[in-house]
Amino acid sequence: MPFEPTPERAKEIDDILGRYPNKMAACLPVLHACQEQNGWCSDEVIAWVAQRLDLGTAHVQGVVTFYTLFNQKPVGKHQVWVCRTLPCALRGGENLLHHCEKRLGIHEGETTKDGLVTLRSAECLASCGTGPMMQVDKDYHEDLTPERVDEVLTSLGCTLQGKK
Amino acid sequence: MIEPIRILTKNYGVADSWTLPVYEKSGGYQTARKALSMEKAAIIDEVKKANIRGRGGAGFPMGVKWSFMRPHPTKPAYLVINADEGEPGTHKDRTLMELDPHSVVEGCMIGMYAIGAHAAYIYVRDELHLSKKRLWDAIHEARAKGYLGDRPFGKDYPLQVYVHTGGGAYICGEETSLLNSLEGRRGEPRFKPPFPAQVGAFGCPTTVNNLESIAAAVPALSMGGEEFSKLSKLHALGDGGSRLYGVNGHVEKGLVVELPVGPTIHELIELAGGVSGGRKIKGVIPGGSSCPILLPDEVLHAPDEKSPLHPWHGKKVFDVPMGVDTMRAAGTMLGTCCLTVIAEGTCMVRATANVARFYRHESCGQCTPCREGTGWIHRILEKIEAGQGSIEELDQLSDIASNIMGNTICAFGDGAASPILGFLRKFRGEFEEYIRTGKSPNNRSIL
Ligand SMILES: Cc1cc2nc3c(=O)[nH]c(=O)nc-3n(C[C@H](O)[C@H](O)[C@H](O)COP(=O)(O)O)c2cc1C
Ligand code: SF4
Ligand code: FES
Repeated sequence: MPFEPTPERAKEIDDILGRYPNKMAACLPVLHACQEQNGWCSDEVIAWVAQRLDLGTAHVQGVVTFYTLFNQKPVGKHQVWVCRTLPCALRGGENLLHHCEKRLGIHEGETTKDGLVTLRSAECLASCGTGPMMQVDKDYHEDLTPERVDEVLTSLGCTLQGKK
Repeated sequence: MIEPIRILTKNYGVADSWTLPVYEKSGGYQTARKALSMEKAAIIDEVKKANIRGRGGAGFPMGVKWSFMRPHPTKPAYLVINADEGEPGTHKDRTLMELDPHSVVEGCMIGMYAIGAHAAYIYVRDELHLSKKRLWDAIHEARAKGYLGDRPFGKDYPLQVYVHTGGGAYICGEETSLLNSLEGRRGEPRFKPPFPAQVGAFGCPTTVNNLESIAAAVPALSMGGEEFSKLSKLHALGDGGSRLYGVNGHVEKGLVVELPVGPTIHELIELAGGVSGGRKIKGVIPGGSSCPILLPDEVLHAPDEKSPLHPWHGKKVFDVPMGVDTMRAAGTMLGTCCLTVIAEGTCMVRATANVARFYRHESCGQCTPCREGTGWIHRILEKIEAGQGSIEELDQLSDIASNIMGNTICAFGDGAASPILGFLRKFRGEFEEYIRTGKSPNNRSIL
């Protein structure tokens, strides 16, 4: 089924186009807007964006594959990103990632069977002074301990594995 | 203990510090009003006198950069603000966006006017959702008041500021990659020349400034350039004003703090409550993971009596004021001056592998030495980590890293290779022991 933005989304996209001297410049923000609605940058999304911005499909495809944050396949309802770069790692970031893998019963990069959570590792998220940290959808959770991680995952509706 | 200063951070901690009423109560937008009544050359002159060395990592003088901008007969000019904040260990610009976004908007107004631009794009990494929201809210407030728009302060000089979002690629912090990304392309760095001042955003003359740099334009102009510069302990070296310093890693309390330029590493660690667990310091990365690590027993060499750095000759680098030139003389870089503190007991083989993984993941892949080199380096380090490395491979690592240096389109290559060379040289013994025994000589892992 072809992608079609909701009326509010279409208005947001018009707004975005008004900020730039040409249409191509809107490529990243418009992809973000479409992904927010669709969950990922499907072929249909790419085709729609290419048509709306007068760009070749290959150009939009090239952009989508270059940037980590554009999903090239469907993801869970929530996305959990655990930072594992050195400053966070020095404060337990790698253990936090393993902890999440254990609690969710999946490996990094995978989605839980119920489609609730996709777990991914992140590179430095500009929160090193308050590491270890993770990003859940749009929110940062900082100064984390395994206990706090359990609380956050529970609040997303996850059933935690291996918990006494 | 050294005292923090509150100029850029004057509203931090104030309730609703990100709103227009609070910002105006502290004199907000009066400097932009003043700037718009000045000659452009006079503004650039003040900013030159302020000795603001670029806060994004390279430390280039901001006033000089602004003076490179020449009016083009047909093309508009642009101001582009770099808020990609991707360098591992860097967490300072985010505080300005979240806590005092109006200072960024006001800085943009001054900058646009001084370089002859009518539009500014603030490139924020996508993950910083609160930062983007606070910036947009500030822009809307400033527009509603008429500060931004067709006639700011009644002057016929339209000014607009927009927030642009990245897509999660560290390389987009490099200014020409950032420009490609702003234009809606893959974030691959461009060959220089031409430099952005000639051919920047949308083929037009462009200045790229770091977000903290542009915010510093406000006090530079309100206090007067020289007064602002003199706050710094390194005013005489042309490294002026106050700036945001950060501390992370093995300290009791990670922080971001504003200080006159030139605190020492020891002073900063003390502000952060000391090394966590009362441990000794093994090393400090001064300003993001692209900067080679410094060890506590290193001393600064400046034997030439005529060198402005001579006063610190023979001093421990941890007791030397941290500035652009002093850190360069210490064989590293000031970078973004957010310290990563590493305590004794940390496995430096694993720490090096962590850093190498980052650069392998983030190389844009355009240049063979960078794309292949960062991959090889990380794979060899993984092998060593798994207890299957050899001493020959250790030497290979140095060769590969040296081959990246200077052989790439952008500074990412050097930024990826030089910290690896630093780790290898300064912790050679630890690497060799790990290879000989097949396991970490430290009881603790990376923690
Ligand atoms: C790989 C790489 C990443 C960079 N990342 C950033 C960044 O996240 N933020 C930033 O302000 N500058 C970054 N820079 C520096 C910019 O290229 C540029 O020098 C800077 O934005 C100029 O602003 P300034 O003169 O105010 O520092 C990076 C440079 C390189 C080579
Ligand atoms: S040095 Fe690396 S990151 Fe920079 S352009 Fe070359 S491949 Fe890309
Ligand atoms: S290293 Fe994790 S936020 Fe910077």
